Amino acid sequence: MAREIGDVILKMEGISLSFGGVKALTNISFDVREHEIRSIIGPNGAGKSSMLNVINGVYHPQEGQVTFRGEVRRDMEPHKAATQGIARTFQNIALFKGMSVLDNIMTGRNLKMKCNLFHHALHWGKARAEEIEHRKKVEEVIDFLEIQSIRKTPVGRLPYGLQKRVELGRALAAEPSMMLLDEPMAGMNVEEKQDMCRFILDVNDQFGTTIVLIEHDMGVVMDISDRVVVLDYGKKIGDGVPDEVKNNPDVISAYLGTSH
Amino acid sequence: MLYREAGQFKASYEADQQIFPILQDRVGVLLLIGFFALVVPLIADQYWLKAILIPVLIFSLAAIGLNILTGYAGQLSLGSAAFMAVGAFGAYNFMLRIDGMPFLVAILLGGLCAALVGVMFGLPSLRIKGFYLAVATLAAQFFIVWALVKIEWFSNYSSSGVITAQEIEILGYAFDGPVSKYLLTLFVVVVMALLAKNMVRSTTGRAWMAVRDMDVAAEVIGIRLMRTKLTAFAVSSFYCGVAGALYAYTYIGTVEPEGFNLDLSFRILFMIIIGGVGSIMGSFLGAAFIVLLPIALDVFVPMFLGDLVSSSFVSNLQLIVFGGLIVFFLIVEPHGLARLWQIGKEKLRLWPFPH
Repeated sequence: MAREIGDVILKMEGISLSFGGVKALTNISFDVREHEIRSIIGPNGAGKSSMLNVINGVYHPQEGQVTFRGEVRRDMEPHKAATQGIARTFQNIALFKGMSVLDNIMTGRNLKMKCNLFHHALHWGKARAEEIEHRKKVEEVIDFLEIQSIRKTPVGRLPYGLQKRVELGRALAAEPSMMLLDEPMAGMNVEEKQDMCRFILDVNDQFGTTIVLIEHDMGVVMDISDRVVVLDYGKKIGDGVPDEVKNNPDVISAYLGTSH
Repeated sequence: MLYREAGQFKASYEADQQIFPILQDRVGVLLLIGFFALVVPLIADQYWLKAILIPVLIFSLAAIGLNILTGYAGQLSLGSAAFMAVGAFGAYNFMLRIDGMPFLVAILLGGLCAALVGVMFGLPSLRIKGFYLAVATLAAQFFIVWALVKIEWFSNYSSSGVITAQEIEILGYAFDGPVSKYLLTLFVVVVMALLAKNMVRSTTGRAWMAVRDMDVAAEVIGIRLMRTKLTAFAVSSFYCGVAGALYAYTYIGTVEPEGFNLDLSFRILFMIIIGGVGSIMGSFLGAAFIVLLPIALDVFVPMFLGDLVSSSFVSNLQLIVFGGLIVFFLIVEPHGLARLWQIGKEKLRLWPFPH
């Protein structure tokens, strides 16, 4: 493999998050290294999605500290995370339903586009050149994900599996250094899962993108992750390489179940 | 058979990203503009120009404005008429108080005033959504009309805020007849419609639609909600403001703040609902529909029912048919006339061999 796992780039220390009386996360610490595939697993309601929301600034934890590339941050807005190169997909597809596949993925590049409203209104010269330049990049993403044939289709009309793929495309278009994928394979059949795994591994391998993954399919998680963190009821109950986690008695009783 | 894109291969992204990618559309739009600019002035009489074509164009522009805000950016507004009023009174004051103010600059400045006011009343959109925002924009509607009546400076101390638009003169040429006013209106509306079309197909437009469709996801990929929503309010109000200025200068001539009431706001809202929410083309169709329908009913109902019914019955019938058609449209095609047109085009591409 071309990629080499590097230093810690994201460090979560003592993260606690609660909504009113409900404790979603309690004192959780873990880190993510550069270029690795880091999975977060756990039963429903364990706080996995909340964890991702903390990482990219949708939720602000009451306690604890997030350090990304040496920078400690508090109360960060989501678009700041985007400017730092963190992209994400959502558990329930969060595509822009009224727009075509192409426009959805183009939207992913919004941070890299510098023209203002007046350029856009005239759509001449600079704005046009910029639009074409980014279109080329978007077409690369479209090629990579093998969705050429649907580029002009409104995403609302696509089947579920393809929508998930388009959402991955929108995240990729931003050329992120870290991607947060929230159950990218939920509700897919075996073939679609295989495709998705291949894309995730390719992204990680070719672009060196660090991936934080939430997934319920244990086969997939144990196969593709470098390290796994296990949450249960907002608490961390396991952390380590897949084999370690698989044999951790707490994890087995809480989540994996005993094999007979 | 005629409307088919087979054989039109796009070899570059530039070709694929033209404003009208299909040749027939380009020709069609050019023909349409040519027809309205060159042929219509020759064949249309005063009544058609003054009572039908000019208002349709002006309302189309206002509908484009509202469509940008509601259709593209997803922010419901009931204040369009008030922003039109700001544009009208703004242009009037610039013409009145600055010597030698060119007319086109005055209406643009009027539009800019409307944009500023629009941004101010758009601030609540950062906190509230949907129906609640609509109610907040109602405040704009009532407040602005009230302020224009109450603060007499705006209407140059005339009684009850009535203003009479000055003569239009551009480069020494007086636009006083219906034909010249029509052409002026057509020019402004076509240019602004094309600019709007450009905006909605670029990053700005995609950001608006992203906020409309899924605001959390939009924020996560780096779109700033505040800036995007306020830009939508500004551009939308600018369009409404210019429409309002044209309304005063090329259509009515003498306007009062009360003329820009909630009723007018609702009419513009109906235009985009019937024409097509989120469609520039739909704004034109909707405006034409709403302006033409009462006139058509006026003509045709007596023609068919003749002397059988009284004129008061006819005017009531008009309202009933009008309401009925709106309900009919909402049920049959919630996406409006623009969607019907789209479906028609898709059918036409396959005709006569649909399989």
